[in-house]
Amino acid sequence: MAQTQIVSIKNLNHAFGQGSLRKQVLFDINLELCSGEIVLLTGPSGCGKTTMLTLIGGLRSVQTGSLKVVGQELHDAKKEQLVNIRRQIGYIFQAHNLLRCLTAQQNVQMSIDLHDEVAFSELRSVQMLKAVGLGDYIDYYPENLSGGQKQRVAIARALVSHPALVLADEPTAALDSKSGRNVVELMQQLAREQGSTILIVTHDRRILDIADRILEMEDGRLIGSPVTSAIANS
Amino acid sequence: MKRKIPLAWLQLTREKVRLTVAISGIVFADILMFMQLGFMNALFETAITIHRQLRGDLVLISPESVNLINMESFSRRRLFQASGFRGVQSVNPLYIGLGNWKNPQTNVTRGIQIFAFDPARPAFNISALNKHLNTIKLPNVFLFDEASRPEFGPVAEILKQGNTVTTEVNGHRIKIGGLVKIGLSFALDGNLFTSDLNLVRLFDNRSINEVDVGLITLTPDANAKEVQKRLAANLPKDVRVLTMAEFIKFEQEYWKNSTAIGFIFSLGVGMGFIVGIVIVYQILYTDVADHLAEYATLKAMGYTDLYLLQVVFQEALILSILGYFPGLAISWVLYGLTAKATFLPIAMTITNALLVLSLTVLMCTMSGAIAVRKLRAADPADIF
Repeated sequence: MAQTQIVSIKNLNHAFGQGSLRKQVLFDINLELCSGEIVLLTGPSGCGKTTMLTLIGGLRSVQTGSLKVVGQELHDAKKEQLVNIRRQIGYIFQAHNLLRCLTAQQNVQMSIDLHDEVAFSELRSVQMLKAVGLGDYIDYYPENLSGGQKQRVAIARALVSHPALVLADEPTAALDSKSGRNVVELMQQLAREQGSTILIVTHDRRILDIADRILEMEDGRLIGSPVTSAIANS
Repeated sequence: MKRKIPLAWLQLTREKVRLTVAISGIVFADILMFMQLGFMNALFETAITIHRQLRGDLVLISPESVNLINMESFSRRRLFQASGFRGVQSVNPLYIGLGNWKNPQTNVTRGIQIFAFDPARPAFNISALNKHLNTIKLPNVFLFDEASRPEFGPVAEILKQGNTVTTEVNGHRIKIGGLVKIGLSFALDGNLFTSDLNLVRLFDNRSINEVDVGLITLTPDANAKEVQKRLAANLPKDVRVLTMAEFIKFEQEYWKNSTAIGFIFSLGVGMGFIVGIVIVYQILYTDVADHLAEYATLKAMGYTDLYLLQVVFQEALILSILGYFPGLAISWVLYGLTAKATFLPIAMTITNALLVLSLTVLMCTMSGAIAVRKLRAADPADIF
C-alpha cells in the first residue's frame, strides 16, 4: 500500500484561556499518520488527547504550528475549508451521538447526504448496516437498540462515505468487553477494506492489540512511539 | 435518484405530544386572529346594511354630512336640478331622522331611526317594504323593523297576533302598519320606515324641501362616472356627488377612521399574533436545546451552519402550515355559529384567510429567528 500521509503535524502547540488564565495543553506535537494505519493514542485523562483529536478533526482552530489533514493545511484555514475537511473524516464518539428522530438507516444516510456525488444513498446505507451486522435493524430507532448496536450504527455512519481518516474517541468506553471487542474489530476490518486511516483515543487496554502503532501522551506531549505487538509480531 | 433526509419533518413528527401542543398553540392563535378579524369585518359590514338596500346609482349628500345617522340636509332643489341632466332617469329623496320612540308596553322612551321617502318614488330595493307603500301613504302610519332591539317592545309579536300597535314618537301618536326586516348596526338600534310627509309631521323644524340623501337612478346606457363628473361640475358646491360605492365607502371609512373599532380589533389580532410567537418560540427553542448534541454532531460531520438554520426555519414553516389549516376550519365553523347566534354578517373571506395565513407564517418565522440564536451553542468541539 502506498504510504501517503493522511495527517502531518509539525510543532503543534495549543492553549486554552487568555492572559493569566492561559493554560497550554499541547506542547510541540510532531506526528505523521499514513494511509491505512491504525493508531491508538493513550494517556491519562486531561493529557490533551481529545484536544488533539478535535484539532485534527477541524473542530478547533489551530493556534501555532502546522497541521495538515488529507493535504489541507488547517492552520489559518477558512471556515468552508474546515467544513470540507470534516466531510472527509469519519467520527465515532464515546456517546454514539446518533440522531434520535432518525432510524438506523436514516442516521447512516445523513452522512451520505453530505456528498453530492454519492448516488443510491438509501441502498448504500442499508448495505453498510448489513456490513456491520445490523441488517435486521435498519428501521429501528436508536432508543430501541443496545449500546453495542448503536455504536455499530455510528461506525456505519462514519465509514459509509469511505473517509480517508476515521477519528474515534473512546469508542468502547460505554460498552461491555465483548461488544467493545466486536466494535473495534469491525472498525479494523472495514477500515482495512477501505484503506482508511484510524486514530483511536482510548484507555481500554483490551483493544491495544488491534493497533499498528500506539502513541502515549502525557501532560500534552507525545512520549515515544512504541511499535506494538501487532506490527512486531507480524 | 437521490432524496435527502427531511430532518426538520422527521424531528417534528417524532415527538407527537410536543407536535400536538405546538399545533394547538398555533390553532389557538389563528382562531383568535380569525375571530377578531371576523368581528371587525362584520361590524363594518353592518354599518352599510341600509346602504346596500338603497335604490340608485349616484348619491347627493351635503358636504357637511358625517355618516348615515349624522346627515346634514340640503335643498331638494339640487335633486330636481340633477334630474334635468342627461343620463339621469329618476331622483328619489331620502329623509332620515332620530325620533323618540315610546315602548308601547313599558312607556320607556328610546331613540329610533326613521327613514322616510316619497311613496311614489321608493328609495329602497326592499320588496317587503315596497309592498307596504300604500300603507305608509296613510297619515301617521309607520313600518317597524322586526330586527329592532327588544327594548323597543314586542311590536312584532303584537302585530302577528292580529292586534294593532299604536304608540308615540316625539309625542305624536302613530300607528304601526306593518313589519319589515332590515337589520341593525352599531348606529342603528331600531328602524322605522314611513312616508316623507309622515316624517315631517314628527319634527317641527323639518320641511319636505330639506332632504338628507338624494338618490339618483341613471338610464341604463349612462356612464355613472361621467354623469357624476357632469353633476359635480355643474351643481352648486353645497352638495357632493358620490357613486353608490363611494357612499358605502364614505360610511365605512367613518367607522374605520373616526371610531376606536378598527384599533380595538387590530389590537386583538396583535394579541393572537404575540401569543402565537411565544408558543412557537417555546416549542422551537426546546427543540433546538434538546437536539443540541445532535446538531453539534452534524456540524462535526461537515454539515454547515446554514443547513441547521434551514432545519429550524423549515420546522417553523411546517408548524405554521400544520397549525393554520385546522385553525381555518375551526374558525369557519365558529363564524357560522356566531352568525347564527348574533345575526352579525360574519363570514370567511379570502382576504382574511390569506391575511391570517401570512400572519401565521410571519409569526412562526419570527419565532424561528429568535430560536436559532440557541444554535450557536452547538459547538462540535464540545461533543468529544
